[in-house]
Amino acid sequence: MTEPADSRALLSLAHVRREFPGGRVALADVSLDVAAGEFVSLLGASGCGKSTVLRLMSGLDAPTSGTIARDLPPYAIPGYVFQDAALMPWATVRRNVELPLMLRGERPVSMRERVDAALRAVDLADSAGALPRELSGGMKMRASLARALVTAPQLWLLDEPFGALDEITRFALNQTLLALCKPRGDGKPATAVFVTHSVYEAVFLSQRVVVMARPGRIADEIAIDAPYPRDAAFRATPQFAILCARVSDALQRASVAGAPA
Amino acid sequence: MTRAGVPTLSVVVFLLAWEIAVRALRIPAYLLPAPSLIASTLFDNFASLAASWWFTLRITLIALALATAGGVLIGALFASSRIAERALAPFAVVLQVTPIVSIAPLIMILTDSPLATVIVCAWLVAFFPILANTLTGLRSVDATLRDLFALQRASRWQTLRHLLVPAALPSFMTGLRIAGGLALIGEVGGEFAAGAAGRDTGLASRILESAFRTEIPKMFAALTLVALTGVALYLATGALSRALLQSWHESERG
Repeated sequence: MTEPADSRALLSLAHVRREFPGGRVALADVSLDVAAGEFVSLLGASGCGKSTVLRLMSGLDAPTSGTIARDLPPYAIPGYVFQDAALMPWATVRRNVELPLMLRGERPVSMRERVDAALRAVDLADSAGALPRELSGGMKMRASLARALVTAPQLWLLDEPFGALDEITRFALNQTLLALCKPRGDGKPATAVFVTHSVYEAVFLSQRVVVMARPGRIADEIAIDAPYPRDAAFRATPQFAILCARVSDALQRASVAGAPA
Repeated sequence: MTRAGVPTLSVVVFLLAWEIAVRALRIPAYLLPAPSLIASTLFDNFASLAASWWFTLRITLIALALATAGGVLIGALFASSRIAERALAPFAVVLQVTPIVSIAPLIMILTDSPLATVIVCAWLVAFFPILANTLTGLRSVDATLRDLFALQRASRWQTLRHLLVPAALPSFMTGLRIAGGLALIGEVGGEFAAGAAGRDTGLASRILESAFRTEIPKMFAALTLVALTGVALYLATGALSRALLQSWHESERG
């Protein structure tokens, strides 16, 4: 497949299996390398173990067998964006975004600048004092992105963050996410693993789409050889359409092959 | 009409109807005294009734405070250990479902002190709603937020302070509001069971005493104070709940 030969693997999963108590197999046998600076999407139907892969990568969960190697400093915490925004309803947007820094024992004065920058990056500077219930679904997700961004993570783990949003908001947030992970100029690209069930989203965002199938295995991998920055114009190119068709096809085959007889 | 206006008006109408009915039907005061007679009895006996009222209020608040401390501590223990919950839940449930009046004589024998009996009775009935609601609140903490705190390697103390306490607060406040009323009920039940008479006793003892002496207006006066204390507790816990939760929680938004 398309392992970038000259890059080190930031994350390396080898024959990872995860069985839940009761015998349900979430992941049968998954081997996957993610290179530093790479944007990888995990695509598949619900229940194929995509989210489990992310939890294992983050260390929130441990495999039943197999190994997971992370080439990260021990104190590095990935920026995890969950399926729901998971904001603390009792805290303002600013306090929600501050949370990871506050838990690391930073003082409000020292983090103020970074929190402001994170809020600006997701276009929420004007809502810093608002409570989550005053925000729209898209704004909540942006606050959730800012909360991950504020720690300047080397590794982003995103679990279907835009699945519940309308298409226009989703497109806008895809763009925002790319701006955060693939900065223009000399900014170092971040590594990202993005779980989704949208073919278009996977193709638009990533360098590589990993197609998963039940029960918890990798069915196919497709390289998306289009340069960054990508914008709305990329969605209109023939290349985008062809790639989407190919990924769609792979997804179809995976679900047929994985379907119970 | 304001929000306070309608209930005030309905109470005033009720009292007027009561007064008129008692006068018109010539109901004797030893059966049902008129509100005006209750008010004047309350006024005439204020010094002695106020002492009893203070006794009742003090014991109720002490029991409520102890029930809050115990309920929160044991709720936290149950929330952090399924085994502790399974082991101790039967006792908590039996204590809750057994009517307090039926346990009170036993408590009286065991403690051999009317004061201790009253405190234990009030504590017992107020304890359970706080335990149950604290536990519900702690259990209802958003699983994703728990993951986020775990991911950020938050300490136990940080998780408690920044996640568990604020997340459990609305549910805890519900428990406290219920417990406030129940503590008073337990206190009165305890006084009845302890059956103490004399100077250092509460409103329930005054009610019993008035009943024995067929001083019905005085009985109603003491009863009025009990009822008003209950209302005051209800309003006070409600105000506290609003003050703590108003800014963000749905249940307190008007």
